[in-house]
Amino acid sequence: MKDKEQLVELFKLKAEAVSAVVTPVTSLHQAFEYVVDICEKKEACQLLASGCEEGLSDPAQALCETKQDKVIAAPGLTKKLFKELETAGKGKGFKFIQDGLRNHLGGIDIGFTVVDYGLAETGTLVLASKSEETRLATMVCEIHVAVLPLSKLKATSSDLEDFLLASFTATPDYTAFITGASRTADIERVLALGVHGPLELHILLWEDK
Amino acid sequence: MQDAKDLNQYKTELRESLNNEFLRSAMDKFAVAYPAARARAFGDMDVAALVADVARAKDVSVGQMDALYAQFKAKAEAAGATVHLARTAHEANEIIASIARENGVKHIVKSKSMTAEETHLNPHLEAAGLNVTETDLGEWIIQLRGEGPSHMVMPAIHLSRYQVSDLFSDVTKQKQDSDIQKLVKVARRELRPKFVQADMGVSGANFALAQTGTIGIVTNEGNGRLTTTLPRVHVALLGLEKLTPTLHEALGVLKVLPRNATGQALTSYVTWITGNNQCAPGPDGKKVMHIVFLDNGRRAMAKDPIFSQVLRCVRCGACANVCPVYRMVGGHKYGHVYIGAIGLILTYFFHGREKAKNLVQNCINCGACKAVCAAGIDLPRLIKEVHARIQDEEGHPLQSQLLGLAMKNRTLFHGLLRAAKFAQRPVTGGTPYLRHLPMIFAKGQDFRALPAIAAKPFRDQWAKLKPLVPSPKLKVALFSGCVLDFVYPEQMAAAVKVLADRGVAVDFPMGQSCCGLPVEMMGERIAARDVAEQNVTAIDASAYDYILTLCASCASHLKHAYPRLLKDTPSVAYNAQQFSDRVIDFSSFVRDVLKVEAQDFMPGGPKTAYHAPCHLCRGLDVHEAPRALIGIGGMDYVQAEEEEVCCGFGGTFSMKFPEVSAEILGKKLSNVEATGAEQLVTDCPGCVMQLRGGAETRGMRLDVLHLAEALAARLK
Repeated sequence: MKDKEQLVELFKLKAEAVSAVVTPVTSLHQAFEYVVDICEKKEACQLLASGCEEGLSDPAQALCETKQDKVIAAPGLTKKLFKELETAGKGKGFKFIQDGLRNHLGGIDIGFTVVDYGLAETGTLVLASKSEETRLATMVCEIHVAVLPLSKLKATSSDLEDFLLASFTATPDYTAFITGASRTADIERVLALGVHGPLELHILLWEDK
Repeated sequence: MQDAKDLNQYKTELRESLNNEFLRSAMDKFAVAYPAARARAFGDMDVAALVADVARAKDVSVGQMDALYAQFKAKAEAAGATVHLARTAHEANEIIASIARENGVKHIVKSKSMTAEETHLNPHLEAAGLNVTETDLGEWIIQLRGEGPSHMVMPAIHLSRYQVSDLFSDVTKQKQDSDIQKLVKVARRELRPKFVQADMGVSGANFALAQTGTIGIVTNEGNGRLTTTLPRVHVALLGLEKLTPTLHEALGVLKVLPRNATGQALTSYVTWITGNNQCAPGPDGKKVMHIVFLDNGRRAMAKDPIFSQVLRCVRCGACANVCPVYRMVGGHKYGHVYIGAIGLILTYFFHGREKAKNLVQNCINCGACKAVCAAGIDLPRLIKEVHARIQDEEGHPLQSQLLGLAMKNRTLFHGLLRAAKFAQRPVTGGTPYLRHLPMIFAKGQDFRALPAIAAKPFRDQWAKLKPLVPSPKLKVALFSGCVLDFVYPEQMAAAVKVLADRGVAVDFPMGQSCCGLPVEMMGERIAARDVAEQNVTAIDASAYDYILTLCASCASHLKHAYPRLLKDTPSVAYNAQQFSDRVIDFSSFVRDVLKVEAQDFMPGGPKTAYHAPCHLCRGLDVHEAPRALIGIGGMDYVQAEEEEVCCGFGGTFSMKFPEVSAEILGKKLSNVEATGAEQLVTDCPGCVMQLRGGAETRGMRLDVLHLAEALAARLK
């Protein structure tokens, strides 16, 4: 048990070191409430963050028109859990989707996933992304909220070799390691978060057992 | 992109970089920040062991390149991808252009690929009427500017926020702020429609796993994920050296690559793709997936006994990050497409000797790249090897040939040095420096006072200096090297004084000559070998316990290069190893063998800074001994910034590239000045020459001494 706690501490430390927001939850329901809460607090279209207030060329400006409502995508959830998520956000005016992400390439507010594994050594999430909707949801969202079941937290990538090989063998396959939000230091080596991917990564540590 | 026609044009271009104030300050900040970030990222991990693992795994993979390719192709094609092998860069570009044609592609988005830079893919595709957009922020910036990358990982590191803001103002036709966070968001928004519009995505890859036919892509911005997901066609272009038998080796590389590249424990994204994944606009909802492997000489290189290790490179860019010359001149002057130490080598193999011939001469041989390499590649040696090959192919310059000839004949060489003593009289003005060098020698050399040839070389003083030791505990042969013998014999005499009365029998075998490093640096391999043989014969190693040298450069060359240079000469191969095994530097000998103690020296010495010679700290891995001796010798050691960074001497380097040398020296002296030290010690006569000459010219009140002199002066 002690080892497990240390592993969780290490994961938290490493994930926070790369600007992830790490919060414990006791149930998936609490995770849904978290999603609804941050969606409510955030600006409809993150003006400051996404560049709407900057001078943009016409095609880039036109993207704004494709993004009106607040959108939460949770493509990986079962129908039952998706329903629960919708219920949690009832009356807030959000749009909940599980597919059709290609109609939202201008951006969505929140992408919600339950990831397959976590790696403590580097604060990394491992997400099976065979589904194109899962991939897109985690790429075009402004905030990625990921639930990590603590039963799936491993120390290092070496502990995951079997899982990864099984995934790579069940072809075709697309598996993602995600460590923090999208980042760059390409201008004067100054760190900037949110280049082409999410501006923020929120990790919900779920004590599932 | 370095493209100079000859060495003079190249030097002119270097001068432009040295005068670029933004570049200089950006590079300085980076050079100081990088080592700290890297150290933090590795923490208490055993870096040497991790690097050795990468080297071993890569060597195994490179040795099985053809078999791994066949296995990868079978696996990936079974998973729905199409795998191609391009023999040349042109062939790779053609394959990709035809994939675009067959799929009716008009718009292409690209994520970062050094291999695509190597093949000059963009101009090829554009000439075929395709619209290509780089989506990595740095790559997009340089594409818009029509430039090549100036760093493998940070391609736009040479540009300021103001230049980027001007560029983005042009692109968007709107006035842009110079706030970096805002500029990044502008790129995010401007590039998103390009992803949406694209029919084809071109990516590189860091790994190709033969076991499963999987490619692995290591990225930070997220553009790699969009590039491989949104368009209906995906083409990955990668070198054959990215093949690895299993996932296991790739995970090993992944432990080192991001930490060594950017000081990150792991990049934001690592993407593993196997086969033709779901893709809504693709045929049957599947991606059209192609993987193009580039040979371009790699298969031949894999079989080369010397250069196969080049294929270990994981493209982390660290060899540039720590290079003192890169720091001064920037990537556009320090590589053609590939940048840094590895770039100097790869340019010759991938882009030809015309592009490489000037670049390979601009290595100061400090070994910083080798020490930081993620795959343990012996970069300085391979750079010298490329230089030698180019000279063999194109003919040796007269100067270099003459030096080679002179060095091969010790009597002639020493005769020339003795003659120089008389010739210099009119220019010393009675000082120990050459004051009025004739113009032909002086060009660019006025940044430091050069020492005069000593009145009496050490070898002529030896008969008088040789100590009488009745019953010696140790037998030691002194190897002086040219600089100590003919320029600074007093440093040798000081060492003999430190050794006196400690039961050490000391010899100075008269047949010894130059160690041969200068001729190797000039690309004169045959002369380097011949000189090595002379020295190994002149000093009968088996008759001594140690071969002691006060010159770190000689020591490192004797120890590491001699067994290699002489391994194919059966008559001396054994002696060369015996010789090498006995070579020891002054500091290690005095501290670890003689075990001198503080009570042997007078206390209360001056505030003393230390400069670590490249060939001592990296060449021989000696770090503690000289610093400890400063304290033992009763001096007050003060630590300077960047102690283990080169002083800019590099032997013949400082003669060939005086302006670069002067800048590196200036940085070093400023760091020493900041400590308030009255004295600077080091343990290499070459460094003494550079640092003392620089301090003299700068008018600093700083005594620059060899550690042997500093210790001898404080002996009780």
